[in-house]
Amino acid sequence: MKLRNWKEVTPGAVITEAGSSVKFKTGSWRSFKPIWKEENCIQCLFCWIYCPDMAVKVGDGKREEFDYDYCKGCGICALECPGKKGNKAIIMVEEGK
Amino acid sequence: MAKIVAITGNEAVANALRQVNPDVCAAYPITPQTDMMQRFSSFVSDGKVKTELILVESEHSAMSSCVGASAGGGRVITATSSQGLALMWEILYIASGMRLPIVMPVVNRALSAPLNIHGDHSDAMGARDTGWIQLWSENAQEAYDNTIQAFRIGEHMDIRLPVMVCLDGFIISHSIERISCLEDEEVSEFVRDFSNLIPLLDIGRPVSYGPLILPDYYMEFRRAQAEVSTKVSKVVLDVAEEYERISGRTYGLFEEYRLDDAEIGIVILNSAAGTSKDVVDAFREKGIRAGLLKPRLYRPFPYREFGEALRNLKAVCVLDRADAFGGSFGPVYLDIATSLYPYKERPVLINKIFGLGGRDYLPEHAELVLNELVEIAGKGTVKNYKEYVGVRE
Repeated sequence: MKLRNWKEVTPGAVITEAGSSVKFKTGSWRSFKPIWKEENCIQCLFCWIYCPDMAVKVGDGKREEFDYDYCKGCGICALECPGKKGNKAIIMVEEGK
Repeated sequence: MAKIVAITGNEAVANALRQVNPDVCAAYPITPQTDMMQRFSSFVSDGKVKTELILVESEHSAMSSCVGASAGGGRVITATSSQGLALMWEILYIASGMRLPIVMPVVNRALSAPLNIHGDHSDAMGARDTGWIQLWSENAQEAYDNTIQAFRIGEHMDIRLPVMVCLDGFIISHSIERISCLEDEEVSEFVRDFSNLIPLLDIGRPVSYGPLILPDYYMEFRRAQAEVSTKVSKVVLDVAEEYERISGRTYGLFEEYRLDDAEIGIVILNSAAGTSKDVVDAFREKGIRAGLLKPRLYRPFPYREFGEALRNLKAVCVLDRADAFGGSFGPVYLDIATSLYPYKERPVLINKIFGLGGRDYLPEHAELVLNELVEIAGKGTVKNYKEYVGVRE
């Protein structure tokens, strides 16, 4: 994407395009990565509710794989995940390991 | 038809704000501004204005509310002094960075500590680089006129910046003067309707204010803001010309008083300029070519015009009603020195700090300064480049 020069930016840094945050991929900020373990997932969708970005994808009312483009690795989903019989359905793994 | 009235500076500005009839006012009382916003709140409760008055718990909240209301699309005002302005600090930058044309009278008062409620310029000088436009006013008439013009300047399509209108605490805010007010219709016709280009409350066209701007774009936004600063002088002059047509009163970027053929001169802001003009007259009667320059548009500082106005003098004293602690000289001195630096031939420039915390500035202080300038112009030597005047040594 070509970066705009100072004459082309919107006064006051106002964003006039709705929903443009989809273009801002923040996945590279991550140092810990959530891993979804489907076998322990009870489909409560807490992870989808609690995710402060849009890294948890849902289709047909069912949880799907993470969209890592928007996951900063905050770990809220893993914390909130109730899991199944004491086993978490989301665990955090250090990036690069 | 103009109306001649005898009112205080606070009353004059409150009256100007009533005539403008803004959409939103969020303010917190602080001496010596209190009386201005108290009067304005009476206009609200008496139905004289349609303004939504937001009562807030601090100046930080006052300025934050103004930012929200202005981004929302309203014409917005507040007013403050001293510690109140200091508490608004971080939000001042947000108002200017978001290009929100909020108008704020600042009734100049000293800063704590030691605690003091009286007039000096430390408050507004501390906010001089926040990106706000600053108009300074010698008396109640100028404060009234500047307040009305501030809306047209800040809201101009090329500008869209917030504006402070500065007037001296107590000396002007609480003294009764004879001033000439415009008719309500003349003011509303002059300020016109305001509309924000990209209002936050236009739900058919959703926008976001205040996004995170990272190193890849931050400098472009700052560069764009710096460019706006260069356009303010012209707008100030255009608005002044239009205002003169309805008021008969002339305004510029600064006032030059007997400066044309002057050899020595004083640069001084606000009410103390009035005192100094009398003394300049007395020196003229003695055959001494003295003059005075009183800045009106202090931010953005029109340095080229200041340089041109002062370059041919032999000796100039800048009187600052605020010190810049840890810096070299007072704030106005530094700006004037910068304006004169590009010229090979330029006046000797000295700095006096005066009138802090409401200390009276008397004709004898101006005499002292002018006598010193006569000596400097004659001998070309300077004893002290920076000194306090009116202090017990």
